[in-house]
Amino acid sequence: MIFQPAALALALLLASSLNALGLAVAGLFALRMLRHWHPDIGSEAQIALERRTHLVSTLVVLSLLLSLPMLALFTHTADAMAPFFAGAMCAVGSLKANAWGLPALAVMLVGFFLAAAWLVLHRLDTRGWDQPLLLAKYRLLLLLAPLALAQAALLWLYFGGLKAEVITSCCGSLFGPAATGTLAELSALPEAIARPLFFLTLALTLAAGATLLVRGRLGRAFGVLAGLNFVVALAAIVAFIAPHIYEQPHHHCPFCLLQAEHGYAGWLLYPLLFLGTAAGLGAGLAAGVRAQSLHNEAPRLAAALARIAVAALASFGAAVSFYLWRSNLVM
Amino acid sequence: MNTWIERQRGLIDTTVANLRRRKARNLGLLLAYVLLVFLLASVVLFGDGMRREARLLLEEAPELVVQRLTAGRHDLMPAQWLERIADLRGVAAVEGRLWGYHHDAAVGANLTLQVPREAAPAAGRVHLGATLARLRGLAPGDVLSLRDHAGQPHAFVVEALLDSRSELVSADLVLLGEADFRAFFGIAAGLYTDAALRVVNPLETRTVAEKVLARLPATRVISREEMRRTYDAVFNWRQGLPLMVLSVLLAAFALLAWDKASGLSAEERREIGILKALGWDSGDVLAMKLWEGALLSLLAFLLGYTLAWLHVYYAGAPLFEPVLKGWSVLYPHFALAPEVDISRIVSLALLTVLPYVAATLVPVWRAATLDPDEVMRE
Amino acid sequence: MIELVGVGKTFNPGRDNEFHAVREVSLSIEAGRVTALRGPSGSGKTTLLGLIGGLTRPSVGRLRLHGRDISALPERFLTALRRDTFGFVFQQFQLIRDLSVLDNVMLPAVPTGRPHADIRARALRLLDEVGLGRRAAARVQWLSGGEAQRAAIARALINDPPVILADEPTAHLDSALSRQILEILAELRRCGRTLVIASHDPLVFEMDLVERVVDLRDGRVLA
Repeated sequence: MIFQPAALALALLLASSLNALGLAVAGLFALRMLRHWHPDIGSEAQIALERRTHLVSTLVVLSLLLSLPMLALFTHTADAMAPFFAGAMCAVGSLKANAWGLPALAVMLVGFFLAAAWLVLHRLDTRGWDQPLLLAKYRLLLLLAPLALAQAALLWLYFGGLKAEVITSCCGSLFGPAATGTLAELSALPEAIARPLFFLTLALTLAAGATLLVRGRLGRAFGVLAGLNFVVALAAIVAFIAPHIYEQPHHHCPFCLLQAEHGYAGWLLYPLLFLGTAAGLGAGLAAGVRAQSLHNEAPRLAAALARIAVAALASFGAAVSFYLWRSNLVM
Repeated sequence: MNTWIERQRGLIDTTVANLRRRKARNLGLLLAYVLLVFLLASVVLFGDGMRREARLLLEEAPELVVQRLTAGRHDLMPAQWLERIADLRGVAAVEGRLWGYHHDAAVGANLTLQVPREAAPAAGRVHLGATLARLRGLAPGDVLSLRDHAGQPHAFVVEALLDSRSELVSADLVLLGEADFRAFFGIAAGLYTDAALRVVNPLETRTVAEKVLARLPATRVISREEMRRTYDAVFNWRQGLPLMVLSVLLAAFALLAWDKASGLSAEERREIGILKALGWDSGDVLAMKLWEGALLSLLAFLLGYTLAWLHVYYAGAPLFEPVLKGWSVLYPHFALAPEVDISRIVSLALLTVLPYVAATLVPVWRAATLDPDEVMRE
Repeated sequence: MIELVGVGKTFNPGRDNEFHAVREVSLSIEAGRVTALRGPSGSGKTTLLGLIGGLTRPSVGRLRLHGRDISALPERFLTALRRDTFGFVFQQFQLIRDLSVLDNVMLPAVPTGRPHADIRARALRLLDEVGLGRRAAARVQWLSGGEAQRAAIARALINDPPVILADEPTAHLDSALSRQILEILAELRRCGRTLVIASHDPLVFEMDLVERVVDLRDGRVLA
């Protein structure tokens, strides 16, 4: 095991392990909850269950608070480790130094969005006097818990399995003309298609968000569009946004954006995109809740989240447009 | 939203009042917390500083070093071999280097004797690393006396001390002229310790290394990249040791925090009971307790990190030098360039705050879910 | 306005120290009146007061507030409801040491998220009303018994609840001070609040304050 950079890896391992432990406890509790919850009985067992819900919701809130710095730290660590692997130029090389890096990153991303969704449910549920979303909330927790365990396991496997002498590949082998696979096909997507597609999706998403804010309608559509927009935006970054920022037609890597040479563009674009997507999905979720006891609360939360989502996604679009406008590259 | 902010503000006010009321009790925990952050941050900042220094030094190192091997052991390299390497396509320059180690009984340490590439001292004169000079009590103009390979004393006049900016590597360094070096170690003319290569195109370093090996099979070729990795591995390993020790401290601290949080005094139980009876729900008490942890952590982290920063960058990290710079007697005194790295701060915060949160969460939750009618049952 | 239907509370059920503090009590508290729960110590007065105020969860039975069943509400809602409906005055004052009188009075309003300035202004006004205006900054342990109880009453009023529940409000006071406290309670009654007082102090019943007496013994209401 190479400890480089030691403190970063240790912090990530500690954080993911505690996170997994906490969510495992929460997951086991969810099982009990789904079986034994009877809100109309004032028995000791019921009161004990109700007490425990406080612990569980705190655990998930902390887990979500943890997931963003962890995501950032993991990408940064991978980027910082690149010089130690022959052949690696950026985070991709480090992540590909063994089989576990990229899956770990993917699981982290999914975990982040799921935890955000859980919090939306939780927030609504605690505001309805009959706790209408209780079962949905604990079912979702059954999904979150194994994900947290998988994340911790992948990180241990990844850092534990790193060997300095491994010759890894640079990003060109994943995102480039010479590469094969889905990611390579994305990079081959011509700008003439990708660019209008990207701006169209973003515009539709923002329009749906605005409709939700002004008219209180199209909430669920906004959620779906925000999700779609996330996928399209990632594809667009690989297909044409990244090459424009690098001003190199064949450099498609979405990770090199995180480096100092490119003005840390990634550290501006990704947080905006993630925040906007999470808030957008949450708004869609909240707008889709039909419980009678939440008929005030659900639309209010949906609107609050939509405001965040629209602001973040609009800033994301503005930042992308700025980079494209500044670029001298003609593809 | 405003309600939320007002509520948090009220909770924070109450938390601050509570922290103030229990100054004595919280002070012990705070001190332990600050100490933990300080130690951990010192190790990490120091190790990073060292790595950076080493990397800076390596930037000036040759791209390739070729050593002769005899029976698998490092051997002196004949001058003819240098010419055979110089012929290779892609090699910009080759030079034979002269360096070696000498055990100095007077300071009980290994010195590195080296002939510099340029501006070598005149015969009978040496340039000394500042640390060595200090240990030996030598100033320019004094005489450094060493026993040579045959046991004969050699006297050198100290001409100058080496620039202390690069003291990490120059601490034990003695620079001397080529003739003096050969006489001291008994190395015949035409033999070198090893050869340093500059290549025309750095991207082709690997190809050049292969060509050298093909022409001179009894050699070992070391690239700058490999050296850098070795350096990093060594420093990381050295950093790993105190980190191991500190992980024990971390566990001890978590235990202390857990004990403090779970050992609620009758007074505190009563107070939480009062709050709950007055209309605070478990969530409110939990939020107040989490704020308490957050404020304590923030304070401890700021204090500990600032102290560590001063310790490493301004005080020369007196606590860790012997461990991190090697076990050598000759550890240097030098100043690392101050640097603030956000990812280090984030990871240090995770390393110190998370164990605290993890250790206190369950006790805090237990306290928060006390029955509201407890105060009435007296 | 408050209705208890077959309410009972059992502590430590199924264990050796099982204890039935209140058994099958059905009772309704009328708005705007003063009800007293009377009985020797151990008769279940305090537990019943806790049950009426939603502080104690019933083991059996139903609790209705304005006709709405609130026995099965989640803690969060129950607490909010309790905060808005009931003000508690406890037997031992139950003020928090080392905090100022003002801070103590403001405590029940913290979770409501009302603006800090509003809460503070109301707390100061209430302290004036109970004659403690000049003691607002004092620490509560410096207060005399009578002052402490008056601070506790001000605290019970901070969220402007329609119902005041008082557990042995005169237990630790001499007759003069007791009268003073009862005078304040009578004033609250005149302002239209509902009062429920648990007490076995004859003084409480001597004064022309209590409108209805509920006698308790061994956790049951005596007919």
